[in-house]
Amino acid sequence: MPYPFVYTMQKKKILLGDEAVAQGAIDAGISGSYAYPGTPSTEINEYVRSTEKGKIHCAWSPNEKVAYEEALGHSWAGKRALIAMKHVGLNVAADPFMSSAIAGINGGMVLAVADDPGMHSSQNEQDSRCYADFAKVPCFEPTDQQEAYDFTREAFDLSEKNNIPVMVRLVTRLSHTRTIVAVGAKRKQNSLRPARDNKRWTVLPAYARRMFKEHLAKYDSLQKFSEKRSSLSLRGKRLGVIASGIAYNYLMENAPKDISVLKINFYPLPMKSIEKLAKHVKKLIVIEEGYPFIERQLNRFKIHGKLDGTLPLTGELTPDIVRKAIGMKAHPGRKASSLLKIRPPRLCVGCPHASTYDVINGVKKRFPKLRSFGDIGCYTLGALPPYNAIDTCIDMGASIGMAKGAVDAGVRPVIAVIGDSTFTHSGMTSLLKAAKENTDMTVFILDNDTTAMTGGQETLANDQRLVDIVKGLGVDERHIRVIDPVPTRLKENIAIVQKEIPYKGLSVIIPVRACVTMVKKR
Amino acid sequence: MCDHGEKKMKCDIILAGVGGQGILTLSYAIVNACLDEGYNVLQSEIHGMSQRGGAVYAHLRISDKKIYSDMIPKGRADIILGTEPLEALRHLDHLTPEGKIITSSVPVKNIIYPDEAKVLDELRRHGALLLDSTDLARKAGSIKAQNIVMLGAVSRFLPLKTLKMYIKKLFSKKGKEIVKINLLAFDLGLITKCWEI
Repeated sequence: MPYPFVYTMQKKKILLGDEAVAQGAIDAGISGSYAYPGTPSTEINEYVRSTEKGKIHCAWSPNEKVAYEEALGHSWAGKRALIAMKHVGLNVAADPFMSSAIAGINGGMVLAVADDPGMHSSQNEQDSRCYADFAKVPCFEPTDQQEAYDFTREAFDLSEKNNIPVMVRLVTRLSHTRTIVAVGAKRKQNSLRPARDNKRWTVLPAYARRMFKEHLAKYDSLQKFSEKRSSLSLRGKRLGVIASGIAYNYLMENAPKDISVLKINFYPLPMKSIEKLAKHVKKLIVIEEGYPFIERQLNRFKIHGKLDGTLPLTGELTPDIVRKAIGMKAHPGRKASSLLKIRPPRLCVGCPHASTYDVINGVKKRFPKLRSFGDIGCYTLGALPPYNAIDTCIDMGASIGMAKGAVDAGVRPVIAVIGDSTFTHSGMTSLLKAAKENTDMTVFILDNDTTAMTGGQETLANDQRLVDIVKGLGVDERHIRVIDPVPTRLKENIAIVQKEIPYKGLSVIIPVRACVTMVKKR
Repeated sequence: MCDHGEKKMKCDIILAGVGGQGILTLSYAIVNACLDEGYNVLQSEIHGMSQRGGAVYAHLRISDKKIYSDMIPKGRADIILGTEPLEALRHLDHLTPEGKIITSSVPVKNIIYPDEAKVLDELRRHGALLLDSTDLARKAGSIKAQNIVMLGAVSRFLPLKTLKMYIKKLFSKKGKEIVKINLLAFDLGLITKCWEI
């Protein structure tokens, strides 16, 4: 289909980039939406939940791997499914992602991944296009919110036509910009038609070898489609720019005159268009958000970009950075103020985590050698002043495993601090092993009844259910202590924890109190 | 300043404040009014970690032409609208030489704050219009309406006519009294001669 698309029954809506993806998937006829919240991707499933609850299965999954597998089962049954996650979430889902790419799909399956260049709310800047290439899964990279809608819709068609999962790659600025989007009519959901060919769905080595070959051939054949989804404008010969996704916006914002431009929105790369552009111009620059992903694939051309310092290797692009890279002068402006002080995020007034950190710091007075392994959530802010109560934070669920590893090495006393949602995401298996070995450490599971950092999504285990899980994993009931993290109980809470620290085995402290911000919202 | 002659209209605004001050609510009214009145609009938001009492900002771009970048380039913002003075000052390098700063003069001191008088002085040197948003919001009936006071204050520079309708829509679920307070807050922001404060 030629682009831009024209929809019948077109309507205009104000949508975030994330919401445009969700609306595109809804209108493409999904029956399932699977996700674990993570900035900047959260609003994708939030939107499905707020508009289609009851019509589309859209409950939050415990983690991205489970989300992916649920979606895959949905697809196996013949229905369309959307999976949404942030870039680091794909690390968790990488196992099913890599192998399902080879097996293919039944009902259309689209994976929306939101990268976070500049690390607004993340621990790294990994570029999901590398994953798409790794698995040889085709990938759309929309330029704006309209394309986010259009391409997500189209991704489902491409997925079903080619029997392959398809990725839609977003970045923070695209996900979190709101604008007017033209949307079309909703397509019917698929009817139930489970896959029959069990050989194709069983990646035993003998089957997988054949399927992998076919998979690579299928991927390469998509280059033709890629030529159609890119647009080449051959003008002046002085400078040619290859710009992908939102990098194209920053280029056009500067309205450069008389340059030739190739706009890229799909991978595998449109090699014919790239060759045409390279032949036409004297100098070639690649501008892309994230890693030098396109640039590295074009090393047979003389290219300028992130690898030769024309553009920075880290951080997110801005219209100003792009302006400089194409040799234009900066706009006249005003000098930044010298009075500025940073204003970092902080725990809310009345936050139960704050009380828990007061307890931990109180206990530290008695056990000054205590080391504390943190995790991902609002409570990561405990690493900052005034608390300074966390020694590490690496990835979802790392606290318990790292704490145990440190104990194994001989460190004492050791605590781990993890939230209820992160615990069910990927803390449970680590606790299972620590319980089996009765590791000498104390694990804090902060139960605030929500996934707070991403805006308050429902969680899978709280209150008694959480206690039951901890018991079920094998933690000695006498060393599971539920406390109420409020300032008025500080002394009593410190006393409880101080008793557990010297215990030569595994203790679990569960501070239970609802997130203060969520209570206000309700 | 925003150019809204008949042939072209471009208004780039940076909204700046502290997490929880209601910047996104304020900008909701502007974006919806834009759709109604036939303008193109882009509004970039900050979510997640940066929300919790930290510095927040949004770039809001209105035009009758295609808008490419979600981010306003440095030196291209027509207006900085601050709900907090230090936060307004933070985006100075984005303002055009002719651009305007309209900001609340009420500091949020949840950090070791720089000298407040110096902050306000520097804002004044850049021709900022300072407004005691707390006082005006209180007069309107609720200190929470500070963001809408600021919306009223900036509205004099915007070509939009339907902002008040969207304030009604925004607060209708919370009851008539809250709608009334916010409409009054808007008017107080609009009529106050902020440059005299």
